[in-house]
Amino acid sequence: MSKLLKSGAFAADPFTAAADDAALAEGPVLVSLARFQKEREGLLARNTALGVRLQSHENPESLGADVHHFALIALEFPKFRDGRAFSWARMLRTRLGYKGEIRAVGDFLYDQMNYQHRVGFDAWEVPDNFTVEQFARALTEMTDVYQPAADGKKTIRELRANR
Amino acid sequence: MLNPVMKSGPVEPNMYRYDEFDVKFVSERVEQFAGQVARRLSGALTEDQFKPLRLMNGLYLQLHAYMLRIAVPYGTLSSKQLRKLAHIARTYDKNFGHFTTRQNLQLNWIKLVDVPAILRELADVEMHCIQTSGNCIRNVTADQFAGATDEEIEDPRPLAEIIRQWSSLHPEFVFLARKFKIAVGAAPHDRAALQFHDMAVEIVRNAQGRVGYKVMAGGGMGRIPYIAHVMSEFVEREDILVYLEAVLRVYNQDSRRDNIHKQRIKILINAIGPEEMRRRVDREFQELKAMGTLQLPQDELDRITAYFAPPKFESGLSDTIPEAGADFANWVKTNISKHKAPGYAIATITLKTPGQVPGDATSEQMDVIADLMDAFSVGEVRVTHEQNLVLPHVRKKDLPVIFAKLKELDFAAPNAGLITDIIACPGLDYCDLANARSIPIAQNIARKFENLDRQHQIGELKIKISGCINACGHHHAGHIGILGVDKKGVEFYQLQLGGSSAEDASIGEIMGPGFTEHEIAGAVERVVNVYIAERKSGERFLDTYRRIGMEKFKAAAYETVAA
Repeated sequence: MSKLLKSGAFAADPFTAAADDAALAEGPVLVSLARFQKEREGLLARNTALGVRLQSHENPESLGADVHHFALIALEFPKFRDGRAFSWARMLRTRLGYKGEIRAVGDFLYDQMNYQHRVGFDAWEVPDNFTVEQFARALTEMTDVYQPAADGKKTIRELRANR
Repeated sequence: MLNPVMKSGPVEPNMYRYDEFDVKFVSERVEQFAGQVARRLSGALTEDQFKPLRLMNGLYLQLHAYMLRIAVPYGTLSSKQLRKLAHIARTYDKNFGHFTTRQNLQLNWIKLVDVPAILRELADVEMHCIQTSGNCIRNVTADQFAGATDEEIEDPRPLAEIIRQWSSLHPEFVFLARKFKIAVGAAPHDRAALQFHDMAVEIVRNAQGRVGYKVMAGGGMGRIPYIAHVMSEFVEREDILVYLEAVLRVYNQDSRRDNIHKQRIKILINAIGPEEMRRRVDREFQELKAMGTLQLPQDELDRITAYFAPPKFESGLSDTIPEAGADFANWVKTNISKHKAPGYAIATITLKTPGQVPGDATSEQMDVIADLMDAFSVGEVRVTHEQNLVLPHVRKKDLPVIFAKLKELDFAAPNAGLITDIIACPGLDYCDLANARSIPIAQNIARKFENLDRQHQIGELKIKISGCINACGHHHAGHIGILGVDKKGVEFYQLQLGGSSAEDASIGEIMGPGFTEHEIAGAVERVVNVYIAERKSGERFLDTYRRIGMEKFKAAAYETVAA
């Protein structure tokens, strides 16, 4: 089982994951890109929040202007070594101006959560035994950063300039 | 016991120094990795999960033990740092280290439990192992003559340091499809193998006389070698990190991930074509540039550059090298290069005396070299991608004393750039990936050509040996390249001719079926004899090969084998 971590705390997940061939549940649903593309009109016509789950080879640009219809975009790590979603998240936050939830799902490590946070992820699907304290620690192991990213954190260069 | 050099006390060279932010960054990174090691030892992390984490910190699991690869950013070391490396090799390893083609130092017999302690010791002298392996941006390399040669437009190390900082734990690029190597050069004569890198920056001057950066990408060795394509002929100074990030982003998004052998950037660029790659990069570049967060302010460039200010060169020194016998004269011929300041020279210490393991140095040898650095080279040494060391700023009048001391160390071989100055990967003696041994082949060839007159007669000839197709020994770029392969449990060695990693970069051509370990040195000798017979005045081996082609070399190489 897994649970949802959002804004530094555990939260109820309002979204129901819908398999491509299953009937849609009431309320917010999370669908694959393929299903969204197939049932776009019907899904957008539902008067409820919508989420899409992108596999690591699915470029969020393919959503086009529809990106702003989503309350949730889940980026999948098929295996933790596949780092494409780090760039997808940043693209969502910058080029596409996406303001909704970006959720990390799939096979990722505690050790990657800080990087995910930096590039724009703000929600994580974590195992049941994962704790809020672990999350807080993952984000604070490294205090300062050398690069600007989607988190807007001041870089070491900026900190130096303000000494 | 080696006699100590006349002591001058540690000299602090002009090189980048950590400020409080760098100190905190590296020490937090050490503790973060110590936590990862503890989780591995407790079983909380599986080996599969631990592997990319340890690789990102330079820790390999090899045939016999863990190997730790210590970053030597752009090959620059202070005497204090070299003494620390000697101490670490003595305390935690078997009393020697191996300088690599990435200008790093490898320790081959490390215990996992000792790694956090080693990292803390390294942090004490402003060193680390961050990103010396793994699928991330690797330790950045540079011309070993940086700041000393009169050929360069400017010292490439400030930019290399800026790249080091930008690439350290870059959140977007720590889980790339494959490793990513960057090199920086600033001279028309390329000593940093720029065109064989995933990405390379050459400091150039444009038609208006403005200094900026030429960026190349998609070069590489490995099983499918490529020469890099030019991505941009001229990137403005302030935009360089913007441009590098744009290239990395395209690579991270668009590279294949389904076949480990086809995941380097060279494969992407050659699949979509350099034109399309430039188009994609330019799109990211324009967007990142418009965001305005990655530009490099001139005052930041100036601030970093100030760390690398040239040392105060003495004036009024004699610009002639003293006479000190025939051995010394031979050494001067090959191992001394022109320095930009009158009365000074650049001295290459080849770690290649015939019979030695290329690139290896014992703790005692490192300590004495550190003394030489303090006494004669403003406390500084460089590691070269050809697995040698360089004293960058030595007075010509001190060369005889330095040479005498190097002789005691057995590091005075007058062979820089000659046939016995061989690059060799660790090969099957250490490496998990290797198919064949490299070190004994290098030793056999070096012994065969031990006669100094003969070496000098042959002139510049770069032999590079890899123990497997991954090409860590740069065999594709050797004037004579040797690749070890495994055929049904027997080691064979293929010859390649005509490669070069310099500004005239080329990929060597494979000659044909491999030779046994007993045949290969003889085959090399017959190839060299063809060159001697065929060469025109002033031609290097490479030039003759390029002029006459493979045929005669091939016929000679297989002559005796067939008989």
